[in-house]
Amino acid sequence: MVQYVIRRIFATIPVLFGILFVVFMLIRLIPGDPCHAMLGEKATKEVCDRFVHEHGLDKPLLTQFGIYINSIAHGKFGDSFRYGIPITRLLIERLPATIELSVSALFISIIIGIPLGIIASIKHNSWIDVLTMLWANIGVSMPVFWLGLMLAYLFAIVLKGTPFWLPPSGRLTVGIDSTPFYEVWGWHLPDGTWKSTLYFLSNLHILNGLLSANWELLKDAVKHLILPAAALGTIPLALIARMTRSSMLEVLGQDYIRTARSKGLPRRLVILKHAFRNSLLPIVTILGLSLGSLLGGAVLTETIFGISGVGRTLFDAITARDYGIVQAFTVVIAIFFVLINLIVDISYAYLDPRIRLD
Amino acid sequence: MAEEKSKSNQSNSEGLSLKSVSLWQITWRRFFKRKSALVGLAILAVLVFIALTAQWIAPYDPYKPLIGIEQVQRREKPCIHLLGCPMDKPQHLMGIDGNVRDEFSRILYGARLSLIIGFSTVSLAIIIGTVLGAIGGYFGGWLDNIIMRIMDVLLAFPSLILAIAIVSVLGPGLINALIAISIVSIPAYARVMRASVLSIREMDYVSATRALGGSNFQIIFYRILPNALTPLIVQATLGIASAILDAAALSFLGLGAQPPTPEWGSMLGSERNQVFTAPYLVFYPGFMIMLTVLSFNLLGDGLRDALDPRLAHVHG
Repeated sequence: MVQYVIRRIFATIPVLFGILFVVFMLIRLIPGDPCHAMLGEKATKEVCDRFVHEHGLDKPLLTQFGIYINSIAHGKFGDSFRYGIPITRLLIERLPATIELSVSALFISIIIGIPLGIIASIKHNSWIDVLTMLWANIGVSMPVFWLGLMLAYLFAIVLKGTPFWLPPSGRLTVGIDSTPFYEVWGWHLPDGTWKSTLYFLSNLHILNGLLSANWELLKDAVKHLILPAAALGTIPLALIARMTRSSMLEVLGQDYIRTARSKGLPRRLVILKHAFRNSLLPIVTILGLSLGSLLGGAVLTETIFGISGVGRTLFDAITARDYGIVQAFTVVIAIFFVLINLIVDISYAYLDPRIRLD
Repeated sequence: MAEEKSKSNQSNSEGLSLKSVSLWQITWRRFFKRKSALVGLAILAVLVFIALTAQWIAPYDPYKPLIGIEQVQRREKPCIHLLGCPMDKPQHLMGIDGNVRDEFSRILYGARLSLIIGFSTVSLAIIIGTVLGAIGGYFGGWLDNIIMRIMDVLLAFPSLILAIAIVSVLGPGLINALIAISIVSIPAYARVMRASVLSIREMDYVSATRALGGSNFQIIFYRILPNALTPLIVQATLGIASAILDAAALSFLGLGAQPPTPEWGSMLGSERNQVFTAPYLVFYPGFMIMLTVLSFNLLGDGLRDALDPRLAHVHG
């Protein structure tokens, strides 16, 4: 097992390198120079020359790539042209929003999708099954941005004045107290990695609310999160329900299930332990795959719900040709994606010993 | 098709007759047994009909504002005579959009664009992907290695994000969005094709062709490709669905089709800030996108089950 894990980790290195290279090259190919994009159309040649030189944009491409790889290896992403602050800080501020959003979307899709799939499979061909599959088919075909807007309209306008009202945008109500938990605890920290890490964690509003026992904050954060998470989670939910059902159906037809039943084991045990465990493999695969659509969908969801997370920032940076941000954020998203796939592969080997021996 | 069906019914009723049934007949029969696949086919047929006849069935010009032609307001509510809208007012089934155009006519024209987008992106991706996959799988070695590593890198990005990045290089516009989505979907076809080639390459009929002096080109395109078509067809049908979805998303973000083009994603995008005051202008385009994507998804699932009987009992 350890050997397998090590081999898999090494296999991702060329892919990571490829990602860095692709992103780097794509950025250089974007038409229009960053100088005029950042300093305005009226920037003089001297000003531009200095700008280009300061940001190392006049060096040969390969040298630039080398510098870039080197600084990433040291955890530095440089400064953003547009905001004039280190990109790492921007990441610390904005990544939590996306993590909160995608984790809760995934959470919703798993806790609803898997039971739905299991029920549909044990009640095969019943109306529950038909309805689930119908809903799952519609769910995979749903444009995230449309669903998001419709949900916002339904919950913010139609249900206005009822207890079901939900805010249509932002992460928190303006003016709500969101003091980081470490300050609530009375910790005074010097600036540095440690503080940055805690600051990063405190930007996960739900976690921060829990840690600092700020229930007002927790409630507000959850309220703001429901709609975007529901919109973003719909496609993975449908995929997971569908995959769980078909995988369960396949397993339920196996001989060992009949054996387990005929020896008088309780039905629940047979379904959850014998059948579900063995049908986990394809479900894990689809989980890993849907994270890709989740990260892509984050751009759309964040746009609609006015959340300044990684997706939205990335999109804005592309339109503004802020090289640094685009590079850093795309790389971070892709690395996330690769790591998730790595975890999926490893859990594969854990679930199915045959794979390890391959 | 109807003839085929009646024939197959006949052979069924005769029970043990020795009349042969072709593989295609079996496939068709299996396909038509699936209700969801038929629903998908029906929706698609209606959409194709709309797309082909848009210029005759659309009541208004999709591009021309109605200013000075009719007494209508910007973003006016739908007016449907059957639902009690006064008869003296002109009928606008889906309302008036932000530029005083008939939304319904634009929706109808949008079907044309969506289908073209779906088919063209997938055709482009399938051609490139198939060739790459076939070359990699057939020749193997370092060539295969390079091709598949490039595909791995492409797959390492969430598809929409990569598409956004590519469009930002090429510049916004419908054609560039199509190219971006094609590039993003190439790896799927390359992988499917390569897998098929790897298994078919070792078949006896391929060795026979080689023994008879057939060229590599002949073997790949006349022996291997026809036998690898099944998974490709399924992948393509499902691929059209996601291509339409991605293209709509790009247009929604302002990177794909540009106004005033009647494209559903861009129509939705330009009215998205009005969702609270004119929800119908957001609802209809999105609903049409969903319907189109749904039809291809249902069709793709149906085809997969029909073409691959091993899965039939699972999805049945």
